[in-house]
Amino acid sequence: MATTTLAPTAPTYRTGLYAWLTTTDHKKIGVLYVVNSFLFFFIGGLLALGVRTELAAPGLQFLTDTQYNEFFTMHATFMIFLFIIPMLAGFSNYVVPLQIGAPDMAFPRINALSFWMLPLGGILLLLGFVTGGTAAAGWTSYAPLSEDRPLAATGYGQDLWIMALVLIGTSSILGAINFLVTIFKMRAPGMTLFRMPILVWTVVVTSVLVLMATPVITSVLIMLFIDRNYGGSFFQPPGGDPILYQNIFWFYSHPAVYVMILPAMGFISEILPVFSRKPLFGYKAFVFATAAIGALGFSVWAHHMFTTGAVYLPFFSIMTFLIAVPTGVKMFNWVFTMWRGQLMLKTPLLFALGFLTMFLIGGINGAFSASVPVDFALHDTYWVVAHLHYVLFGGSVFGVMAATYYWFPKMTGRMLNETVGKAQFVLMFIGFNATFFPMHQLGLLGMPRRIADYASNTGWQDLNIVATIGGFTIAASMVLFLWNVFLSLRSGPVAGDDPWEANTLEWATTSPPPAYNFDRLPEIRSERPLFDVRHGRTSVH
Amino acid sequence: MTTDEKALLPVEHNPLASMPHDTHGGTSNPVLGMILFITSEVMFFGGLFAAYFNLRANAPQWPPEEFAHTLKILPFVGPATILLIISSFTCQWAVWAIRRDDRTVFIRGMAVTVVLGIVFLLMQITDYAFLGQEGLTLASGQFGTTYYTLTGFHGAHVFGGVVMLSVILYRGMAGQFSGRHYDAVEGASLYWHFVDVVWILLFSLLYLLPGKG
Repeated sequence: MATTTLAPTAPTYRTGLYAWLTTTDHKKIGVLYVVNSFLFFFIGGLLALGVRTELAAPGLQFLTDTQYNEFFTMHATFMIFLFIIPMLAGFSNYVVPLQIGAPDMAFPRINALSFWMLPLGGILLLLGFVTGGTAAAGWTSYAPLSEDRPLAATGYGQDLWIMALVLIGTSSILGAINFLVTIFKMRAPGMTLFRMPILVWTVVVTSVLVLMATPVITSVLIMLFIDRNYGGSFFQPPGGDPILYQNIFWFYSHPAVYVMILPAMGFISEILPVFSRKPLFGYKAFVFATAAIGALGFSVWAHHMFTTGAVYLPFFSIMTFLIAVPTGVKMFNWVFTMWRGQLMLKTPLLFALGFLTMFLIGGINGAFSASVPVDFALHDTYWVVAHLHYVLFGGSVFGVMAATYYWFPKMTGRMLNETVGKAQFVLMFIGFNATFFPMHQLGLLGMPRRIADYASNTGWQDLNIVATIGGFTIAASMVLFLWNVFLSLRSGPVAGDDPWEANTLEWATTSPPPAYNFDRLPEIRSERPLFDVRHGRTSVH
Repeated sequence: MTTDEKALLPVEHNPLASMPHDTHGGTSNPVLGMILFITSEVMFFGGLFAAYFNLRANAPQWPPEEFAHTLKILPFVGPATILLIISSFTCQWAVWAIRRDDRTVFIRGMAVTVVLGIVFLLMQITDYAFLGQEGLTLASGQFGTTYYTLTGFHGAHVFGGVVMLSVILYRGMAGQFSGRHYDAVEGASLYWHFVDVVWILLFSLLYLLPGKG
């Protein structure tokens, strides 16, 4: 037998599963975020299918009242707190340090901590199903509904829900601190603030929102917990104030809406210029519009509470309309970025176009709801469900899919299949609109949200059937996506460093990048350093 | 070498070459991180304070009749407040010492700060015991709920601060800090000052602000 005395007896680097469990590499943590978020997307999606199945026909066929309440509550909780927010944070975690030319996040171990709180929070939420019922008071968990055990839900579900949300919120806050320190302190030489890629800017604003808003929901959740378990009376009459809960809750949850959309806007602002072969139109206007959305986001929370009669309607209405202005600026940025560009109709661009069009609808039907008299008619109807899904699914999820197709080659080194990708886009686009467009009309017809049943003479059934078919179509599109990922990982074409001829620094390293990200960086003289390299604009004059 | 020549040099980015990122000047990463964390803590207490003011404004009488004089009997509130304020100064004393590389004074200052923090917590627990005897609990209406929530969360933050400073003290005694390496000390001291400021606000709110009704 050959002697191998000089060979190391143990591997220098951790390998396999152990490496993934103990990693502090922002790229591996980013991948963990993305995989974990897709997992909860599927769980949340199955719950949504349960809701749609029940609503397909009048009467209770598939779920009981309590189960229905649990399903829609947990659907929203998983989608918001364990899918959209962490998914956007995950892509940002992967891409932002690369885009600013940093070797890692500022606090790698805190980064790992931020991630691992998420599956733990998810397990707490899921435990509700086996301990006598999950939370069932809606994702808003308005007090005092959430303080009495609503509709026969007798378990610890609501308390588990509170603990999980505090945990997930802490994860977000630590993540936001990490992003801000990384972006402000660890940019490569030459990467001035106004040469940062737009995604990095959106992550800055998002992190500020998380930092300022998330602790506020932590405080209200703790108050709710004290009320439920220690005889507190923050929100319980007499003397306690249910409107107080709503005020504090929405002080977080409205900025949180921008936490759920701004990074997705960043994704498509990276994708549209690359696939239009043009720079982003109006870079600075976009940056200031993003900051304006963040700032205005703190002054509109009570538009969720118009019908309480406890808020000053004109102020919150006008501030809400004002948000349409910076959002409109961004629409112009995106449209004029594509104007006269050489569009390459690849899957990332298709999903970005899906974002543009669907988010436009979501923005417009949102502006309707900002008008107080209209809101009084539409409050708590399916109109609101349609609106929020047009921005969160039509906006954020299409943005996430665009980002997935765009950065998957960087993360894995392999391309996703274009044909399957386009088929997925078409199915998802049709399924999405079939599900949520009829909900506008259901809302106008007066169908309230969060009900398990409706009378057969209301005339709501046809539209509900369309929505249910649409829901299953979305599910089918996600099956195609999984198939695509499987195909790609098994035998996808090798991507190379820069498959899209993109502009930003993440494409200046290998796919996937080494642990330390860059061997060397190109000179950074604009917000498109790789474009400069390709066109020889780096020489010093 | 001119600036332009420097710009032509490739920037090596292996983990070691990246270290200069941290020394661009300005606030160091850990201190900036702590400042941002404190920002989030301000918002957290902001939520609790908002609830306090809201409930107080809605109440016909504050404090309610049966607890009108309850808080006035507490023997340790005043001394505890003074000790906590002093501890902020001893903490800063320690920071100044380590900045000029004086480890002995640094360790002394830190040790005094930790002891003062622990004494504050013991005093608060004693006060809680007195209040319990008077019948004021978390379940005693809005007054009891807000009182214990606000002071309790402040106490939890003092506890967190004591743990943090104890780690700093332990690491200091192990010789891990010097005049060139004291970011963690700065961060922990900022947190301690924040906890102190919150207490001054809380003290003014709960014990100084006149009642109504």
